[in-house]
Amino acid sequence: MSTSTAFAKARAEGRAALVGYLPAGFPDVEGSIAALRVMVESGCDVIEIGLPYSDPVMDGPIIQAAAQQALDAGIRTADVLRVVEAVAATGTPTLVMTYWNPVERYGVERFAQDLANAGGAGLITPDLTPDYAPEWIAAADERDLDKVFLVAPSSTDERIALTTAASRGFVYATGIMGVTGTKQATAAGVAPLIARTKALSPKGGADLPVGVGVGVSTGAQAADLAAYADGVIVGSAFVRTLLEHPGDRAAGLAALAALTEELAGGVRA
Amino acid sequence: MSKAGSTGSYDADALGWFGGAGAFGGRFMPEALIAALDELDTAWQGAMADPEFTGEFERLLHEYAAVPSMLYDATRLSEHAGARILLKREDLNHTGAHKIRNVLGQALLTKRMGKTRVIAETGAGQHGVASATAAAYLGLDCTVYMGEVDTERQALNVARMQLLGAEVIPVTSGSRTLKDAINEALRDWVASVDETAYLFGTAAGPHPFPSLVLSFVRGIGDEARQQCLDQYGALPDAVAACVGGGSNAIGLFAGFVDDPEVAIYGFEAGGDGVETGRHAATIFAGTIGVLHGARTYVLQDEDGQTVESHSISAGLDYPGVGPQHSALAAAGRATYLPVTDAEAMDAMSLLARTEGIIPAIESAHAVAGALRVAKERPGQTILVNLSGRGDKDMGTALEYFGLGTAGEKK
Repeated sequence: MSTSTAFAKARAEGRAALVGYLPAGFPDVEGSIAALRVMVESGCDVIEIGLPYSDPVMDGPIIQAAAQQALDAGIRTADVLRVVEAVAATGTPTLVMTYWNPVERYGVERFAQDLANAGGAGLITPDLTPDYAPEWIAAADERDLDKVFLVAPSSTDERIALTTAASRGFVYATGIMGVTGTKQATAAGVAPLIARTKALSPKGGADLPVGVGVGVSTGAQAADLAAYADGVIVGSAFVRTLLEHPGDRAAGLAALAALTEELAGGVRA
Repeated sequence: MSKAGSTGSYDADALGWFGGAGAFGGRFMPEALIAALDELDTAWQGAMADPEFTGEFERLLHEYAAVPSMLYDATRLSEHAGARILLKREDLNHTGAHKIRNVLGQALLTKRMGKTRVIAETGAGQHGVASATAAAYLGLDCTVYMGEVDTERQALNVARMQLLGAEVIPVTSGSRTLKDAINEALRDWVASVDETAYLFGTAAGPHPFPSLVLSFVRGIGDEARQQCLDQYGALPDAVAACVGGGSNAIGLFAGFVDDPEVAIYGFEAGGDGVETGRHAATIFAGTIGVLHGARTYVLQDEDGQTVESHSISAGLDYPGVGPQHSALAAAGRATYLPVTDAEAMDAMSLLARTEGIIPAIESAHAVAGALRVAKERPGQTILVNLSGRGDKDMGTALEYFGLGTAGEKK
């Protein structure tokens, strides 16, 4: 299933899509595959797999800690692609969220090809904006990969138009001004950005769903935001759940399933 | 007067690329910060075109920071070197380094933009102290991010910043050094951008920072060039500076980049020796990548993860470098070479004993490099940027040379 199909299916059901994030290699490579499969089984419509990076400037302490743990254990880019392959095999659209340097170092063409070969749907690029992305845009378009760029409350109308025109799959609206896992996004706070994004998207956003992430962690928030957004993206809350069960995999996965179900209930409320 | 941020023939284009579109520099940043970077760019261009702003900047530099710094003919060191060494005495500026130029410019710009708070990152603490100084003088709130490892090895500078009224936040993520302090300052900025300006400490980072910082430090090179002509009637044969992020170096080089007869040398921190892997010789031994918002030479592994740098000098201990230096290196206009910890400490001692000047360990790398250049250019004139003074490094010197016990001659 493609990302846009997953969003369309949720829309047809009169609800928002639930997008869940975990970094690859956290708590370890096999552990991350098991955790992401639990998230798929428990109600995530789209999966984002984080590529751990040494200098993650958009991430708060929770995701930093998980990424650092993965790096300390020696995760490689090839391992991340292996996690993508395992999760994409479930049929759920699976994107990679990555800072730009690891892709550039791997080789943009090579990364795009290996991602496509692994069944990955595309990339979310928190520190790459369309005006600096010609190489990625060309490589993605050649292989029908999703290009998920970000818009923020501070974005000008001109930049929202530029970003939505270049995006494919969905456009990622940051719910707060800040990094992941710190402040809480509110529907009132993010509604103006969603409205602007819709209005400035090609064809009024008919082909480009808007997902809201950064600052979303509970079912109640998911329910509030689902009234405005096409998708609700959750990352730090999943990571925190696993961090809270360091020695007990089974308990961690059970807690992860419970959180996913709470959020999946939220987007259907 | 050169135009704002100019490196002569090596200017950035409108998107911040040096050396051609996509080559070096650019702006690899979260969308949340793009509006602030555009606002900064516009305000800076406007300020540099406003004689009231540039006049106030020049006045402050002169009356408050003791700029222009002198150009000094180091005859005893020259005798030792076998070439004539001229020292640009940035160590005599207020707060003890070239960095006061950059922070006064950026803090004045902050006031002009109506913002009330500044944040900064610092490695050794010099940029933090300079930022705290400018913030105190101009009545701005100041928060400085400093790696926990650095707060321990530079406790005196932490105290200086606190005395100046700044809040110093130790950074405990990643390698707990300068690169992580930059990460943490960027995270603060994403959440506080409406009222906060980020005083970036070197000529690196996303567009427009490399060009903006250059516009405030290029006085080093412009003054040195004119002083050379006025005092000695000729340009130097070569200029030399240490390169960490590279602000003192680009400030010097900008004055000479369009004089093809002047050779340009940048000296990076060779740490224990480049062959040991424990160094910060980013251009000499690194590869092209993206770090802290710019495409440039980076110390990274095969997967693009940043590798920790090593240097006895905290100010050069950074795994990236300003994109202008990468462009100058790629174009062959400047030569970048490593200087080891041991060579730098020898040069620190030599300058102290021949000239009675104790340089910062950063600047001692430039002196050591110049001594090497002197061997290839006997009798020629080499202008060295003495970017900072060594007071802050006495703890390191005490340990390195085994000093501090009276009655014992070292």
